[in-house]
Amino acid sequence: MDIAEAVAPGDPILVIDNVTKEFPGVVANDSVSIDVNRASIHCLLGENGAGKTTLADILYGVFRPDSGQIRLEGRPLDMASPGDAIAAGIGMVHQHFELVPPMSVIENVVIGTPARQWLDLTEARRRLEEFFADYDVEIDPDAEVGRLSVGEQQWVEIFKTLYFGVEILILDEPTAVLTPQGVTELFAILRRMRDDGLTIILITHKLKEVMDLSDRVTVLRRGRVVDTVATDDVDQLDLARMMVGRDVLLQVDKQRSEPGAPVLEADAIHVESDTGRGALKGLSLNVGAGEIVGVAGVSGNGQNALFDSVVGVRHPHSGTIRITGQDVTTAAPHKIARLGVACVPADRIAQGLMMDFSIKENLVLGNHRSSQFSRAGILNQSQIDAFAAESIESFEIKTPSADQVTRTLSGGNLQKIIMARELYGRPALILAHQPTRGLDIAASEYVRQRLVQERDRGAGVLLMSEDLDEIFQLADRIAVIFDGRIVAMIEPDATSLEEIGMHMAGAGAGAP
Amino acid sequence: MDDFFTYSVILGIFVATVKIATPLLIAALGELVAESSGILNLSLEGTMALGAFSGFLVASESGSLWLGLVGAAIGGALLGLLMAVMTATVKVNQVVAGLALNILGLGGAFFWYRSVYDAGGTIDLPSVERFRTAAVPLLSDIPAVGEILFEQHWLTYFALVMVPVTFVFLNRTKYGLELRSIGHNPEACDMRGVGIVSRQYFAVIFGGAMAGLGGAFLSLSEAGQFFPDIIAGRGWIALAIVIFGNWRASWILAGSLLFGFLEATQLALQASNVNLPYQLLLALPFVLTIVALVLNRSRSQVPLALTIPYHRGER
Repeated sequence: MDIAEAVAPGDPILVIDNVTKEFPGVVANDSVSIDVNRASIHCLLGENGAGKTTLADILYGVFRPDSGQIRLEGRPLDMASPGDAIAAGIGMVHQHFELVPPMSVIENVVIGTPARQWLDLTEARRRLEEFFADYDVEIDPDAEVGRLSVGEQQWVEIFKTLYFGVEILILDEPTAVLTPQGVTELFAILRRMRDDGLTIILITHKLKEVMDLSDRVTVLRRGRVVDTVATDDVDQLDLARMMVGRDVLLQVDKQRSEPGAPVLEADAIHVESDTGRGALKGLSLNVGAGEIVGVAGVSGNGQNALFDSVVGVRHPHSGTIRITGQDVTTAAPHKIARLGVACVPADRIAQGLMMDFSIKENLVLGNHRSSQFSRAGILNQSQIDAFAAESIESFEIKTPSADQVTRTLSGGNLQKIIMARELYGRPALILAHQPTRGLDIAASEYVRQRLVQERDRGAGVLLMSEDLDEIFQLADRIAVIFDGRIVAMIEPDATSLEEIGMHMAGAGAGAP
Repeated sequence: MDDFFTYSVILGIFVATVKIATPLLIAALGELVAESSGILNLSLEGTMALGAFSGFLVASESGSLWLGLVGAAIGGALLGLLMAVMTATVKVNQVVAGLALNILGLGGAFFWYRSVYDAGGTIDLPSVERFRTAAVPLLSDIPAVGEILFEQHWLTYFALVMVPVTFVFLNRTKYGLELRSIGHNPEACDMRGVGIVSRQYFAVIFGGAMAGLGGAFLSLSEAGQFFPDIIAGRGWIALAIVIFGNWRASWILAGSLLFGFLEATQLALQASNVNLPYQLLLALPFVLTIVALVLNRSRSQVPLALTIPYHRGER
């Protein structure tokens, strides 16, 4: 790779000087000033909504700052688009991959490069193979990107950015899709790249990653810089305090569970997937009343298919699913919901809410046919208003009124609307798919406590999460999903992060 | 029935097949390029009508059919430009914009025609000396094949040449790769510094010019006249052919020829009074398009971001 010649680390290569960026209603970055040293790994740490990604997008030319300046090697940069950033030597790997799925690895790599008119892929292929050999990555350059695993797609993203010959590489939450082992591998390579002279800016909200990897760290809170420190001078608790602005307890109080009769029994279910990845291949799983079963796994190993088949939007072509003892293998979603199944979907905007409906409409959607909210097909407005008022109060939804359009609310409040709606009628089974993704610490704590409360009331909870800490905190039993099967069922006290990670990578010893 | 299966009737059907396929093929190839950039231009019918008229107008005023073709391409390109402004810049709903411009194209062509030629209230339709077929030396002497492929109109040769040209452009040049990438994931292109709006303008304007030429084939090569119903649904068939061809130039050629063949057979059946409902053959292309859609659904090449406007910074 043509990473800039090794130079003595220390002097600032990139200076962010008093940058402010405002969006309607939010100041995303408020007078942010940071110096990034050459050939170092610099972390931007903060909660969701702290302004990390906006700042990175400004460095990459996606947004122009309202005021302030970016200087690269002393020269002010005025960037109108990512093309300008690339020309200046800045590259970025986004959290949501920017790939063209139907095209090959090579084609994805050469898009936007100043190639000749005729597509000549031999040069790209040579450099690609060199790079992969150099870093021990095995990916077929002619493979269709959409068929690669998420980890492989991550490599394509990183390489296609380095292909431009950038000096500064920005990575936005690069570990979200990796196993613990994958993270270790990635970090080892990032350190090597830094030693070769590359300057790396890594965005994360995970304290452990900051401590493991970075030379310096800047903590952001609500769009402002709290401080920039050398990583060696701080510990995780210091960083957590800086990040949240108060002392945090990274624990949820909960008693041991006393599981009752099974509320969910999935027996050897096979579910096809549309893309060829993420199918279920004989998955078996039980959830008892009054327990939380946490499903751990790298995304794309069948979590979506599991969620869909229990909710009833996709039917298994073999195997059976029972809910509170009744066979629902091929039942319609509304019949399953009537058995007392609540679902908190992973994508709350696309699958959970009608963003242009009012809050109160979203609060009764799905339950609107119940005799409480409608009679002979006519909605009972006064009952709906009463339920909305009650929910807004008990779930602490922050809104001026129940008639507010849902779109205007923050992620945490959106999730509370879904929780309030789904927990109506005391469900027997709660499916929670990534229930705290993208939420700030306070909202996450709230959602987690609610789930524990529901468990204590006697509901069975199936929690699917990519946040292993969350699984360890909440689950009474951990089920590890890999390639469409549960490959391990372990109690959290009897295992370690490393052991779960091995199973997640499909390398665990002997499936149950 | 016996006299239907004679050499001359069969040969006639094949000659007509290629001729009928010509305007469909030109318009569909243009639409392929436009859709590859992620913009569905539903106004093909109207664009073809406008091209048919602007070509006719320029040809009859200047006396040159070749200038007429230039006029047709410009007429179509202008409507394409309008479509590009509305979809690539203003980012309005592509279906709504396409349907609106379709009406504008159809109505505009007819209105313009009336205001130029209908002032005196004459019944005789104005006409121009139309293009003659141009035989390719030597190749046209090949029996059967020569007559079918090499004694056609200039625009037919143009259409056939544009098949490999479009294929090579889309699949073997960096511009084509970038265009197709925009059609699949404009954000990924933006994040690589590939400008989106200018490329979409190019694609949609090119598509408009091609549709205009397709329309001009009808007014300048076939009819030598312009009349309001001259396109008669061919724009919609061209749109169907892009889908039928699964967004690949070679299959779009096959689709155009198939549609042309069915139409030619249907005409021949009517002419020879064969007792077979020709409506069946008229309906067949649409049935086939639906069948092709179903068969292709697992390996559809449809641009993934077709009809979805791109706004930077919205995730």
